[in-house]
Amino acid sequence: MSKVLPAGAVAAGFTLRATPDQSLSLSDLAGRPVVLAFYPADWSPVCGDQMALYNEILPEFNKLDAEVLGISVDGVWCHEAFARDRRLHFPLLADFEPKGAVAKRYGAYREAEGVCERALFVIDRQGVIFWSFCSPIAVNPGADGILDALERLPKEGTSDGHVTSSSHAA
Amino acid sequence: MGTLRVPVTQHDHRKGPANAPVTLVEYGDFECPGCGAAHPIVNLVLQHFGPKLQFVFRHFPLTQVHLNAEPAAESAEFAGAHGRFWEMHDGIYENQDRLGPPLLFALAGALELSELELRNALASEKYAPKIKSDFLGGVRSGVNGTPSFFVNGLQHEGSYAFEDLVAAIEQHLHAKASL
Repeated sequence: MSKVLPAGAVAAGFTLRATPDQSLSLSDLAGRPVVLAFYPADWSPVCGDQMALYNEILPEFNKLDAEVLGISVDGVWCHEAFARDRRLHFPLLADFEPKGAVAKRYGAYREAEGVCERALFVIDRQGVIFWSFCSPIAVNPGADGILDALERLPKEGTSDGHVTSSSHAA
Repeated sequence: MGTLRVPVTQHDHRKGPANAPVTLVEYGDFECPGCGAAHPIVNLVLQHFGPKLQFVFRHFPLTQVHLNAEPAAESAEFAGAHGRFWEMHDGIYENQDRLGPPLLFALAGALELSELELRNALASEKYAPKIKSDFLGGVRSGVNGTPSFFVNGLQHEGSYAFEDLVAAIEQHLHAKASL
């Protein structure tokens, strides 16, 4: 298993495609907690799918003011079809070209298979990693660790932080 | 491995004696094929252990991918409010291949529950908060998909095959017996 960026490390900035015609940068979300969920591939079976689970929990993440981003090496068109099929309401980013470049900077890339780890990062409002976790690749890590970390984040004078992120799922 | 963060109470749907040495909790989704496959197995496991096992069912619907899961869960709660939870629960799983509003109303009718009352309950999402509360308790306990089982509060990491469930439950029975 890779050694993922630990708590206390500055979250590496990135700009990735979220849809065929839209990009999203980590810096767009400054001032809000961000949940970065690297996963190996789109299209895992529905009932145990990590992204389908986070999709259901989205209202809770939103209550905690957090933005959720899924990242894999799948391309934008694949992400688009997957997001539509699973009715996902948060962005999936394509770490597609150069392949896995962002995952590598987070220590979350599996060279042998050419896919991302199942690695979770909770990034605080200042862009510093507050909590990270790397799960065995076949194990959906669930969301309890993420929610616990988000609740432990220091509260901040709720900023106006008005950021509209693209919700590309239909 | 997760642990059950929400203890079993009288608000849960329970089968078997409350003082049974082992309690099996399932987090399930009525439209999940795995839960459908697990349903007859759980019944065999219950038969196998008799009064030594209590079974609890909690809702964990993936509502965005299983469009009938939420109405099915709400219908089961509606039946539960009339003391017929398990009949509705079993009826849904046993007819999962035709799950949809017509099945839910037909099951309610067969249980002599008012279809109009069910329609109103679904329209007003009367039982949605209970289902949401089950779901969130599951999330906080480490449930990552369905079906998920807990044996005496510990997440079951094996499969839901009869042998795996029986082995996990026996382990807890033996642990109790040797105390």
